[in-house]
Amino acid sequence: MIRRLPEILTIWVPLLLSAAHLIAFTLWTIWISFTPSTLVPVTGWVGLRNYSSVAASRNWQIAFDNLLLFGSAFVLLSLATGLILAILLDQRIRGENVLRSIFLYPLAVSFVVTGTVWSWLLNPGLGIQKLVHDLGWTSFRFDWLIDRDMAIWTIVIAAIWQSSGFAMALFLAGLRSVDADLIKAAQIDGAGPVRMYRRVILPTLWPITITVIVIQLQFAISTFDLVRALTNGGPGIATQLPALVVYDLMFQRSLLGRGAAAAVLMLLILLAVLLPYAAWRYLQRRRAIHA
Amino acid sequence: MAALSIRALSKRYANLEVLKGIDLDIESGEFTVLVGPSGCGKSTLLNIVAGLDHASAGTVEIGGRVVNDVPPKDRDIAMVFQSYALYPSMTVRQNITFGMECRGVAKAEQEKALANVARLLQIEPLLGRKPSQLSGGQRQRVAMGRALVRDPLLFLFDEPLSNLDAKLRVEMRMEIKRLHQRIGATIIYVTHDQIEAMTMATRIAVMHRGVVQQFADPDTVYRYPANLFVARFMGSPPMNTVPARLEADAGGPVVVIGAGRPDEVRLRLRGYDAAAPYVGREVVFGIRPECIAEGERVFSGEAPIIVNAPVEMVEPTGAETIVLLRLGGEPAQARISPDVRPAPGEVAPFALDTRRICLFDPETERLIA
Repeated sequence: MIRRLPEILTIWVPLLLSAAHLIAFTLWTIWISFTPSTLVPVTGWVGLRNYSSVAASRNWQIAFDNLLLFGSAFVLLSLATGLILAILLDQRIRGENVLRSIFLYPLAVSFVVTGTVWSWLLNPGLGIQKLVHDLGWTSFRFDWLIDRDMAIWTIVIAAIWQSSGFAMALFLAGLRSVDADLIKAAQIDGAGPVRMYRRVILPTLWPITITVIVIQLQFAISTFDLVRALTNGGPGIATQLPALVVYDLMFQRSLLGRGAAAAVLMLLILLAVLLPYAAWRYLQRRRAIHA
Repeated sequence: MAALSIRALSKRYANLEVLKGIDLDIESGEFTVLVGPSGCGKSTLLNIVAGLDHASAGTVEIGGRVVNDVPPKDRDIAMVFQSYALYPSMTVRQNITFGMECRGVAKAEQEKALANVARLLQIEPLLGRKPSQLSGGQRQRVAMGRALVRDPLLFLFDEPLSNLDAKLRVEMRMEIKRLHQRIGATIIYVTHDQIEAMTMATRIAVMHRGVVQQFADPDTVYRYPANLFVARFMGSPPMNTVPARLEADAGGPVVVIGAGRPDEVRLRLRGYDAAAPYVGREVVFGIRPECIAEGERVFSGEAPIIVNAPVEMVEPTGAETIVLLRLGGEPAQARISPDVRPAPGEVAPFALDTRRICLFDPETERLIA
C-alpha cells in the first residue's frame, strides 16, 4: 500500500477527481436543463420546455445553421490546405524544418489572439482593405467582417489559419510513414507524380484523414473564444454559434435552464461525431487483431 | 545476348564506398543470385540496376542499351520486393494491372495478360481481394504476378522470401525455380541466404564489402571457393579452415596440421600441382564438413584416410550428426551418419575425403588449389 502510494497519488486521485467533476457537472447540467431555473438553480420539472424554446429561438437556429456551414467549410478547407502543405513539404525541399515550424506555429497561439489579430486584419478601415486602398486601388472591397452574409467566412479563414498546420503535421507524418518499397514499386510500374499520390500514397492516409476530421469537427462544434474575439456573433447575430448561445443564455440573460438545454444539445451534436468515430476505431482494432 | 552488363560500377555515400568497381555480365535466361552478408552492397546494386538509386561511376546496360539515365519505368524491368509492396488500397486485380494502366495498355489486352498470369500462379480466386486479406504466401504470389504480367527483359527479386516462415520459404523457393525453368526469364535475385543461392541459381555472385568475390555456377562456388570469405560463407555448416603447413616428401606434397604436436595430422595430396610453390610454407587448409565422416565410411572406392581425433561436442540433427572435433588441435566440424553418436571426450576414428581439399594463401586469402 505504502509502496504504491506515489502511483495512487499521481494517477488515481487526479483521475477520479476529474472524472467525478466531468460526470457530476454533466449530470448537473442535464438536470438543470429540465428545471425552470433562471438566475439561480431551482428544483422543479418542466420537461422538455427549455429544449423546445431553445430549438424554436431564432438565435439557436442561426447558430445551428452557422455551425453546419462553418463546420463543414472549415473541416474541408483545413484538410485540403493541410494536405497540400504536407505534400509540398514532402518534396525534400530545403528549409523544411523552418517551414514546418512556421506552419505549425499558429497552433501555439491562443484563439483569442487569433481572433483579435484577424479582426484587425479584416476590419475594412484598418486592415487589408485599407492597405490595398493606400496602395492606390481604391475600388477594392474586402468587408466580409461587416457583411451579414459573408461574416461567417471570416471565422472560417481565421480558423483555417490557426489549425491547418495541425492537419499538415499529421498528414506529413503519414506521408513519411508510407513504405518506401511501395513508392519504388509504383515508380517501376511507371506511375507519374499525380497518379502516384492519387492511387498509391493518398489511399494509405485515410485513417489519418478521419482522425483529423474528427479532431477538427470537435473543435468546430465547441468554438467559442475565436468567434467571441473576432465578431462576437455579429454583425447582429449573423455569426452566432451554439457555444455563444449557451454563454448568452446563461450569463447575459440569466436563463440557466435554457442555457443548460442548449449546452446539452451541443453535447449531443458532439456525441453524434464522436460515437461513430469510437465505433470505427473499435472495428479497426478488432480487424487488426484478426489480421 | 547479355541481358545485363555492369561495368566498373561504384557507389559512394559521403565517405562510405558501398560498391567498389563491380563488373558483371549476365546472359539472357540466367538465374543469377547476388548473395552476401547484410551490408555487402547487394541490395544497393539491385536498386541501381532498377534505376531506384544512382551509381557514382560506371555503367549499367540492359539488353544492350546503357540505362544510366533511363527512369525505372522505361528500363523494361520488373521487381519483387521483400515487403511485397502491394498497393494496400487496391484489389489483387488492380495491383497486377496497375503497371499496364500506367503504360496505357488497352483494357482487353490487360484482361488477357491478367488471366494468363493468374492461371500461371493459380491466384484466380484471389483477384477480388485486398492485400490485407491474403496470407504471406499469397501476397508473395501476387507480388510475383505483378512482375510477371509485364514480361520484362529482366526480373529483379529483392530478398523475396525473407518474410515467409521456413516451410513456406522452401515451397516458394521451388516454385520460383520451376517458374524460371518454365518461362525462361532472366532473373537477378538478391538474398543473404546461401541455401537459396545454391538451390536456385544458375550462377552465383558472392558479394562482400562492395566487391564481387566470385561469380560462377553453384558447383564451382562450392567446390572451388575463390577465397576464404566465399569458403566460409557458402555451405552450412561452413567449410572448416585451419592453419596448416605444406611439406613434401618422395610421394609429393603433404599437408601437416598441428605440426610438432603429438596428434599432428599428415594428409597426402594428389593432383594438387598448383600447390607446389607453397611447399615449405604456411597455408590455410580447407575441408568441407561432409568430407569428414565416421571411420567406416568409404568415399567412392578410394582407400579411406583415417584420422583419430578427440570429439568435443555432438549435435544430432536427425538427418545427420554434426560432430565438433579437434584436427591436429584445431577445431573442425564433421557430418557423420545419423546413427553414429561418438561420446564427447572420446577419441574416435574419422574418414577423410582428401580429393576435395582446398588450400588458401594465408596472406591474400585466395584459393591456391
